[in-house]
Amino acid sequence: MATNDNTQGFSRREFMKTTSLAGGGLLIGFNLFQACKPGAEPSVDLASLNYNEFNAFIEIADNGAVTIYSPNPEIGQGVKTSMPMIIAEELDVAWKDVYVRQAPLDTEHYTRQVAGGSQSIRHGWDALRQTGATARQMLVNAAAARWGVDPSECTTSEGVITNANGDKLSYGDVVNDAAALEVPEDVKLKSVRDYTIIGKEIGNVDIDKIITGKPLFGMDYKKEGMLIACVLRPPAFGQKLASFGESGARAIPGVVDVIRFGDKVAVLATDTWTAMKGKKALTAEWTSEKSLESTSDHDKILMGLLDGNSFETLREDGDVDKAFAQADQVVERTYESPFLPHNCMEPMNFYADVTPDRIHLVGPIQTPEGTAKRIAEVLERDFGDIHLEMTRQGGGFGRRLYGDFALEAAQISNLAKKPVQVIFSREDDMADGIYRPAIKYRIKAAIKDGQLTGYHLKEAAINSNMYGLIPNFFPAGALENYKVDVAKYDSDITTGAWRAPYTNFLAFAEQSFFDELADLMEVDRVQLRLDLLERVKGTTDERIQYSPERMQKVIRTAVEKSGWGNPKEGVHQGFAAYYCHNSHVAEVADVVMENGQPVVKRVVCVVDCGIVVNPLGARNQVEGGVIDGIGHSMYGDFAFRQGAPEALNFDKYRLIRMKEVPEVESYFISNEESPTGLGEPTLPPAGAALANAIHAATGKRLYNQPFSKSLAELELPKKEIIG
Amino acid sequence: MPSYSITVNGTSHNVDVSADTPLLWVLRDHLNLLGTKYGCGIALCGTCTVHMNGNPVRSCMMTIESVQGSQITTIEGLSEDGSHPVQEAWKEVDVPQCGYCQSGQIMTAAALLERNPAPSSEEIREAMNGNLCRCASYQRIHQAVELAAKKAGS
Repeated sequence: MATNDNTQGFSRREFMKTTSLAGGGLLIGFNLFQACKPGAEPSVDLASLNYNEFNAFIEIADNGAVTIYSPNPEIGQGVKTSMPMIIAEELDVAWKDVYVRQAPLDTEHYTRQVAGGSQSIRHGWDALRQTGATARQMLVNAAAARWGVDPSECTTSEGVITNANGDKLSYGDVVNDAAALEVPEDVKLKSVRDYTIIGKEIGNVDIDKIITGKPLFGMDYKKEGMLIACVLRPPAFGQKLASFGESGARAIPGVVDVIRFGDKVAVLATDTWTAMKGKKALTAEWTSEKSLESTSDHDKILMGLLDGNSFETLREDGDVDKAFAQADQVVERTYESPFLPHNCMEPMNFYADVTPDRIHLVGPIQTPEGTAKRIAEVLERDFGDIHLEMTRQGGGFGRRLYGDFALEAAQISNLAKKPVQVIFSREDDMADGIYRPAIKYRIKAAIKDGQLTGYHLKEAAINSNMYGLIPNFFPAGALENYKVDVAKYDSDITTGAWRAPYTNFLAFAEQSFFDELADLMEVDRVQLRLDLLERVKGTTDERIQYSPERMQKVIRTAVEKSGWGNPKEGVHQGFAAYYCHNSHVAEVADVVMENGQPVVKRVVCVVDCGIVVNPLGARNQVEGGVIDGIGHSMYGDFAFRQGAPEALNFDKYRLIRMKEVPEVESYFISNEESPTGLGEPTLPPAGAALANAIHAATGKRLYNQPFSKSLAELELPKKEIIG
Repeated sequence: MPSYSITVNGTSHNVDVSADTPLLWVLRDHLNLLGTKYGCGIALCGTCTVHMNGNPVRSCMMTIESVQGSQITTIEGLSEDGSHPVQEAWKEVDVPQCGYCQSGQIMTAAALLERNPAPSSEEIREAMNGNLCRCASYQRIHQAVELAAKKAGS
């Protein structure tokens, strides 16, 4: 388990280099991702080290001003604020003196920039601290040399170095000397107790631009001579373009060009509205070689997989079949979820200018390097030709891991020989998604002598199955007989990561199931989880990465903070606890009945994500994750008919709105563990806590998402409204 | 292409666009006022909210023709320096996550407080219900509207 170990060795030369700035000052480049991957091989040949390997920089000007270039894509998770905070802490400068910029987005200098898996802070933690501390040590060494004293006699605070005599030099005074020094190999990191920035409430660094409407996002990017491209794509998955008619589009003033590429047709215009109109004026004939898929087909196929025998086993402990044969009672439940679109508020878009000399790309992307490589490959160009800039991103949720929209922009610009910005309409965004796959889970448990003796989880999913350590999440490790089986169906419908992949639905299935088991076993619902966690303590199984102790602590804290077991009159509570993205979370949802319908009023969320870098941003992530989890489990419904989604805009696709939002109370466990993920882990247990609370309120168990649909089918008794 | 004259943030502009062009795209593509965002194009998400004669409207479905003679205010014109009580409250509460929907949220909130300086919690929820936030920063939006009401009232 990762700890906040200050003695962990790094070779700073492997990931850090300094140089003087032309205008005076010090530039420190470091390779964040190379430096901080746990157990990564030292892949850098020192002789070949150059600035091409760096992806983040600190600039200290000779007036003492500090600029920190934040390397990772900002999708709303707050890393543009929190990552520089960690550097500033160890550099020992006042936060008010720090200027943060999105890293200058030049693939000549910046690589390995990615936002995904709630890993930015977790992976960056050691490297960011090392980088700040190294810079600080170089500045101290320079001051000590000037004074003729030992560096160990010097202290720093808010950008000022003080020696034993009380003499003072600011960072700006010595920065040019420091630039000429060797990078020190061993630097001391601060003790958690000495933090002055980490753990403080720091506001979003882009807040002034956001509240005044300054251009920040991909959609806001403008370039002289740029054309807007709207693209007609096959309306159904599995279709190909047979023929198309462009005369209607070309007749619209402002339409500059109509270009076919593959099975798509782009309309290029001088402005967005004209491009949108031009696209609508295209006519097209589509063909398909096989039958187009509908949700009703998927339901049958996935149920068939669950009933069948074509599983891959991802984990097997003991003998579940024997446990079932010997059980006093066997319980089996099936849980079903639909596809989900991401629906980032900023629709997919990207700018590309492909010229013989270089390829200039600008826009919102979670995977800039992978996307640039794919574009280089498709256009048969050198990777070095690509210059990619990242904008602030109007949401990601996994959708912007896939660079399909950037590739389209590059393909169109390449053919048109003009700079273009591809803009998805909301309808394009929903119809050409890379969706959360529809998944069904079947869970079977054996109960003998009042104990849980066997647990068998089966997954049937569209296109791909759970991965990584998910099969080893709770209750793996707590049961002698435990098995995880997965099966998949290859569909034409494109699927991918959606905030907390797999666990966003699996947590609901499992945590609902545990509630039901507790009732059947006639034990307290929370106590069942605590007892099972007790069994995991002291495990030597390295695949078990959740901590039973930390999980028990979040559970007990949630019990205390929510008044679990002793709710106010008319309040019905539901509990869930879950570990994912290296963080432990417990949630309690409070539901009341209003006009015969269950309404969620409050969610208490307790998180152990180690040291909380920025509590202000962290609470925002918790509130957002919980409400997102409630919203999508309650309303998220996305079905296909003949290969095409039935919903294409917010008239048919329901997202949670202000009036449906519960109050979220967030609590963090205070400890000195290294920070872990926060963008995703509060989402998965939210739907489970809600479903369990709805059961408490109505006596009805929910097995399918979205709940709104299940509740409508339940025909709950309507309370008579008098007056 | 017909020519239209519109007044945005107190300044008169002439634009040559087709009659059906939505105000949203006139603002963004022709006047380079990029604070007003595109979200759905069918007036259901609220990211494109601007004020027309002080009332909140969805600029994605207001054609240039229909806004002739009206006073339009966008996020850029809400205050000169981000000092409108709603903007200050948004900053103090640190509302945004991704930030994309926030100009629409702020414009809706500002219009609410203009006609109802001390809204109840229910009135805030009602007024803000038309604005989607995919990051679900709703709790802070609610807090910020309450804080802005206090600021404006003090």
